[in-house]
Amino acid sequence: MRLVAENLECVRGGRRVFSSLSFTCAAGEGLLLTGPNGSGKSSLLRLIAGLVQMRSGRLGLEGGDDERSIGQHTHYAGHLDALKTALTAYENLEFWAALYGGDPDAALEGFNLSHLSDIPAGFLSAGQKRRLGLARLFLGQRPLWLLDEPSVSLDTASREILGAIMKAHMAAGGLLIAATHVTLGVEFSRELKLGGRAA
Amino acid sequence: MNSFWAILRRDIRLAMRQGGGGGMAVGFFLIVVSILPLGVGPDLNLLARIAPGLLWVALLLSVLLSLDRIFHADYEDGTLDLLATGPLSLTLVVIAKMLAHWITTGLPLVIAAPVLGVLLNLDTQAFLPLMLTMLAGTPALNFLGAIGAALTLGVRRGGLLISLLVLPLYVPVLIFGVGAVNAVLVGPSPFGSPFMILLAITLVSAVISPIAAAAAIRLNLD
Repeated sequence: MRLVAENLECVRGGRRVFSSLSFTCAAGEGLLLTGPNGSGKSSLLRLIAGLVQMRSGRLGLEGGDDERSIGQHTHYAGHLDALKTALTAYENLEFWAALYGGDPDAALEGFNLSHLSDIPAGFLSAGQKRRLGLARLFLGQRPLWLLDEPSVSLDTASREILGAIMKAHMAAGGLLIAATHVTLGVEFSRELKLGGRAA
Repeated sequence: MNSFWAILRRDIRLAMRQGGGGGMAVGFFLIVVSILPLGVGPDLNLLARIAPGLLWVALLLSVLLSLDRIFHADYEDGTLDLLATGPLSLTLVVIAKMLAHWITTGLPLVIAAPVLGVLLNLDTQAFLPLMLTMLAGTPALNFLGAIGAALTLGVRRGGLLISLLVLPLYVPVLIFGVGAVNAVLVGPSPFGSPFMILLAITLVSAVISPIAAAAAIRLNLD
């Protein structure tokens, strides 16, 4: 499986975020997005997920299921954790497990959240919420992971878990695209530097 | 299909747990209906005459009040992003959410309507037609309202804007809903014809609004 992007152009709010952006990411590879604030890292991830429309260019997932959109091949983890504060940690994951498949208990276990499974998500700390959001990565097999600053508010131990599952995902032939300002503890095969102000 | 039921179940569970949804709409319905006689005066004959119209207008306002709850919470916490990349097409997601919203707010309003009819001295023979028309009409109110709710997702405090967008669309539902109840009370037209048109409006809105609302959501996620 291979993600190919050619001459992507993205315009948001009347401002050109980036243009003529080309890259590829093959199975088992990690692509690291770097660049200053506002350089379009999040926009690019949302564009790949199909949430933001591209102005021009071509984006294709070779070897993917033609019946499904690229977005439906992805695990997208953005800035928001997409948790319902009124539901317990378990109920939150139970819902996503119904959509993605997988076992909510195993996902909780994966990020050491089992002891919090009966606590409403509203009472969790920022780091715990983040972990609960990231625990979705354990649900369902989706080949393309799009992670937007996944390590924000995580403690050292959780960062190590995150690093380990990213490595495992790539080792299993998955594609990983992550945007970050810090080191994630994973060797990325390529780095894509997004420029500051696009001309 | 599992995903569809999962979304439906989750939305109903959230509405039950957080409260506010159905309870608030019914409470608002009750307040509006109990305030109206104070303004109109204690003339029982007059109240009985205008009861169907008053109940329907109060119903519209109550539905309107709850509309911004359909998508806004999911938009704010990022759930819509994930639902848009989920296994289910966004149109089906929207249908599941609309259905859950109708079950948690529309249905309680319909059940409360005859009780409030007593407050307005509504003729007992109109209770059944009133519930039938509201049962047929409230889905249309929810469906049409969902378009407004989806369009105003990006707007802070979009409640008033939803009202401006959606109320004009409610006019046909109001006319034929009240028309059908009045047909039973005063005639001369039969109950069937306005009721059939009401059903038609509901069916058309059920087809159009999921597509329109899904498109509006995509626009707002951009």
